[in-house]
Amino acid sequence: MHFVPKLAFAIGAALAPFASPALAEADPSAIIRIGSLYEPQNLDNTAGAGQGINEAFNDNVYEALFRLNDDGSVVPVLAADHTVSEDGLTHTFTLRDGVTFHSGDPLTAADVKYSIERVTAETSKSSRKNSLSTITGVETPDDKTVVVTLSARSISLPYNLSYVWVVNDAATDITASEDGTGPYVLDDWKRGSAISLKAFEGYWGEKPKNAGAVISYFTEAAALDNALLTDALDLVTTIQSPDALAQFEDPARYTISEGNSTVKEIMAYNDRVAPFDNVKVRKALARGIDKQKLLEAIWGDRGMVLGSFVPPTDPWYEDLTGVDAYDPESAKALLAEAGHPDGFTFTLETPNYDPHPITAEFIKAELAKIGVTVNINIITANEWYTKVYQAKDFQATLQEHVNHRDVVFYGNPDFYWGYDNADVTRLIAEAEQAETEAGHTEKLREANAIITEEAASNWFFLYPQIVVSAANVTGYPVNGLNSQFFLRGIEKSN
Amino acid sequence: MGRYLLRRTFVLALSLIAAGLVLFVLLRLLPGDPAAALLGVGADDAQIAAAREQVGSDQPIWVQLGRFLSDLARFDLGKSFVSNQPVLPEILARLTITLPLTLAAFTLALCLAVPLGIIAAARADRWYGALISTISQFGLAVPVFWIGILLVWLVAIEWRLLPASGFPIDGWGDPWAAIKALILPVVTIALVMSASLLRYVRSATLDVLGADYLRKARALGETQAQALIRHGIRNGAVPVISILGIELASTLLGAVVVERVFTLPGLGSMLLLGIQQRDYPSVQGVLLISTLLVLLIGFAADVIQRLIDPRLRDPGAGR
Repeated sequence: MHFVPKLAFAIGAALAPFASPALAEADPSAIIRIGSLYEPQNLDNTAGAGQGINEAFNDNVYEALFRLNDDGSVVPVLAADHTVSEDGLTHTFTLRDGVTFHSGDPLTAADVKYSIERVTAETSKSSRKNSLSTITGVETPDDKTVVVTLSARSISLPYNLSYVWVVNDAATDITASEDGTGPYVLDDWKRGSAISLKAFEGYWGEKPKNAGAVISYFTEAAALDNALLTDALDLVTTIQSPDALAQFEDPARYTISEGNSTVKEIMAYNDRVAPFDNVKVRKALARGIDKQKLLEAIWGDRGMVLGSFVPPTDPWYEDLTGVDAYDPESAKALLAEAGHPDGFTFTLETPNYDPHPITAEFIKAELAKIGVTVNINIITANEWYTKVYQAKDFQATLQEHVNHRDVVFYGNPDFYWGYDNADVTRLIAEAEQAETEAGHTEKLREANAIITEEAASNWFFLYPQIVVSAANVTGYPVNGLNSQFFLRGIEKSN
Repeated sequence: MGRYLLRRTFVLALSLIAAGLVLFVLLRLLPGDPAAALLGVGADDAQIAAAREQVGSDQPIWVQLGRFLSDLARFDLGKSFVSNQPVLPEILARLTITLPLTLAAFTLALCLAVPLGIIAAARADRWYGALISTISQFGLAVPVFWIGILLVWLVAIEWRLLPASGFPIDGWGDPWAAIKALILPVVTIALVMSASLLRYVRSATLDVLGADYLRKARALGETQAQALIRHGIRNGAVPVISILGIELASTLLGAVVVERVFTLPGLGSMLLLGIQQRDYPSVQGVLLISTLLVLLIGFAADVIQRLIDPRLRDPGAGR
């Protein structure tokens, strides 16, 4: 990890709830009542369930060969042993003994093969499918051994496998039921309302510190806050506005924790089309917007200003806020150099939910000062996907990018923003084929420096990850990387 | 009457088919693609194509229409694109919240509006008659979600008497918990609905009060209350019932807002989510079932009017 000292402190403080013991006696029979805004659409993470299913099920109901921990580290879970051949193309995984699925079936290598192939299948909707595209074969020489062969080295394979749920190969349809190996089983799911999980008696590992959880889903952030205020919930996984926090400031009743999310608010240009195919124009727009003021307007003193697409929880993070720091005068000079001394006009495709409309208004006001006119076009999330992401029919757009380790998107010239730099594509490909973690990190840092220097997009700020709980609830994850929310450590005292 | 019922049933079926066709076309005119709801940032072109094939949005619109109509003819509302679950059972499950909510709100609104409306008309010259009219005017002016938010703040947050939102995960398994969850939403809808109903009841009563037959009843020695109860209510009810039908139907559809304020997993929230995700089968299913309910309510209002008023049953009678 490469944090600047201030951040290291912030994360240390944010991790404190993990370490601090509950004040009173914890109750192992407690059911933790959780409120969330992210209801899964179905229960299968390869069938378009959305980020909510990661929150509810990752490492709670389903486990994987590896787990992405809340601090960003990757640790083995169902893999007891992992060896890599000399050429890096053959990975051999030995499975942990004594693991059973919730249905009672024992875990075998065939289940792991089935699970990997579910994600790489043609019908898979997993956004991680691409990252597993180097897999050419999965063999199961015996019940405990899985051999994965690759077409090229892939240093991130364990990390990418942390997204692959291990599912019982006998389970036919898991869009409305489950059969995983995790510490919780699905007790009930009422669409539009809640998911209830209870501790799995036959779990192979350490028992969870609670008897289960009910995750209730809300569509209105205010209703979510009210439920916590009226003791109908023990904790809420995300607070959406700093104004809402004032209600929870009594430390005798509530604990507010702020961790690092991976949610980045950015303005992506269509780098294929004029004037955004010109690096000088992009740099001018980066210098023309006071990101600190924007962040304060939306999040008060929370969150952090971004200098690049990489957040501090990615190992290749470095502080690049100085590269195109706020400087309207040099922005105007750059525009003149680029052949736009009187500015230009562009349309900003703006998703219709917070914080995009406010961000768009702010950008419009800021860019007017350097002579650039912004036409704001408000669109729904669905239109964004079809018009911007799929058809690439846009000039510039606002979007919150939620994924962890997603700077690699800049290595794909076909991605919606169309950033195309052969050096970056090469560095990102080389990074994946690195032999060591250090080599991987170094290559990606190098790529990110170029992407930032060319202002491929305009990266504004990282959302804060704010969890608020009742004061008698401890042990929950605070960063929520990849939208995960591990339940097993949560303790509630009476 | 038998012939009338037959004719009405035929019109009802025809209206339903027409509504279904309009819905089908309108939904597909909206920009967006249902496949998008299934995919995230990072999906490649092949995945997008596969998703479009799965939901059928890669097909020409007439092929989609043919599939829709043939499913409908078999009373099959299809499977949700996003949840992959059949639409009809989910609608029925959600109706166990929306129907009690609407009917309870409607009943409460009637209980408030009818006596208060009659008092406001019969005692229009007294201070309390005027007060009732004034308050109902206020009730017409405030939006339903505002009342909802106010009630949540007062009753749930300040007094801690009832839950602020949500519905028990086991539904009506614990009836008392389910009832408690519905009280505030019911009161919210009833307050707003009774304000408008009250005004209809009041004006219908005023009409009746000025009618010749009532004056005659008074002249024959009945008190105003006796005359109203014996002759007034039945006469005044005829116009009010058609309004009631419309009000009940609009409450059913208007429950969307209240369900959102109170996070109730009813039909309204299913509709809203379906529209956001372009989940055509869900939206079509919810709207078809709601259209059916609205048509049935109108049908029932007509039949009740005919039962009350013999002139409607047989246009020749009473002349």
